[in-house]
Amino acid sequence: MHYCPGCGHGTTHRLVAEVIDEMGIQDKTIGIAPVGCAVLAYNYFDVDMQEAAHGRAPALATAVKRLMPEKFVFTYQGDGDLAAIGTAETVHAINRGEKFVIIFINNGIYGMTGGQMAPTTLEGMPTSTSPYGRELDLMGNPLKITELVANLPGAYFVTRQSVHTPANVRKAKKAIKQAFENQAKGHGTSFVEIVSNCNSGWKLTPIKANEWMEQNMFPFYPLGDIKVDGKLVK
Amino acid sequence: MAKIVGDIVIDVEKCKGCGVCVTGCPQDVLILGKEVNAKGYNFVVKQNNKCIGCANCAMICPDAVITVYRAKIEE
Repeated sequence: MHYCPGCGHGTTHRLVAEVIDEMGIQDKTIGIAPVGCAVLAYNYFDVDMQEAAHGRAPALATAVKRLMPEKFVFTYQGDGDLAAIGTAETVHAINRGEKFVIIFINNGIYGMTGGQMAPTTLEGMPTSTSPYGRELDLMGNPLKITELVANLPGAYFVTRQSVHTPANVRKAKKAIKQAFENQAKGHGTSFVEIVSNCNSGWKLTPIKANEWMEQNMFPFYPLGDIKVDGKLVK
Repeated sequence: MAKIVGDIVIDVEKCKGCGVCVTGCPQDVLILGKEVNAKGYNFVVKQNNKCIGCANCAMICPDAVITVYRAKIEE
């Protein structure tokens, strides 16, 4: 894979692929690749994949799922794709309760283009376009898109996980499996956020990036289920 | 009592030397080596035979580099 050493994308790709394999739905799955680091996701999954315009993966997934309701459809998006340019598509697709799975990788930065500030960048976090840290007066507040979409009636399962320790990887896999099972039962949108690192964008080693993530990202983006079976739990 | 022993196989050419498996191993089996692979990364190597086959390293590896084998030994 083309990802940087220690990137959470590789682990998440593997978890999605393992879930597809365990459920035996490889020939019935259609994935939607985003724009961002995961733009080449279709090279790594041996399922039908479609590349969407920047942020438009939920709109494309809506079309695919409505035309072929028996297929399993998932989108795989980063925070620049899902929470910035694609906010309208994300919010409306989930509000309509479209029956697909959204895998959302949140690393608080635009990783692919060189570490610019994203809507999910934390307060005070230095990026290449906010070198002195994000100032809330000037640059606005970080966006908790997961909490936002959890309040929409169409969202059936909303959870936030991470893949930086073996225990978290196991929990994240369970959440992804739950999301695909919800789709098999025809429930509304399942939304799985993976809080991930971006050691190149954060200018840290992979291990230091994971520590930084535990200390800074998790207090703002707490892990755990937010909505289960259509009911808010947090 | 039967004892579970494990062993790992490392695909050195795929390894990017990120080292997250080193922190994930409860038995300190893994360490980043001094040699480099064709991509120029210091790949991970085994430093002892204490592996218990927990597969934490394989679980956390972003590039699926590590294969874990497990065997039960009757004592």
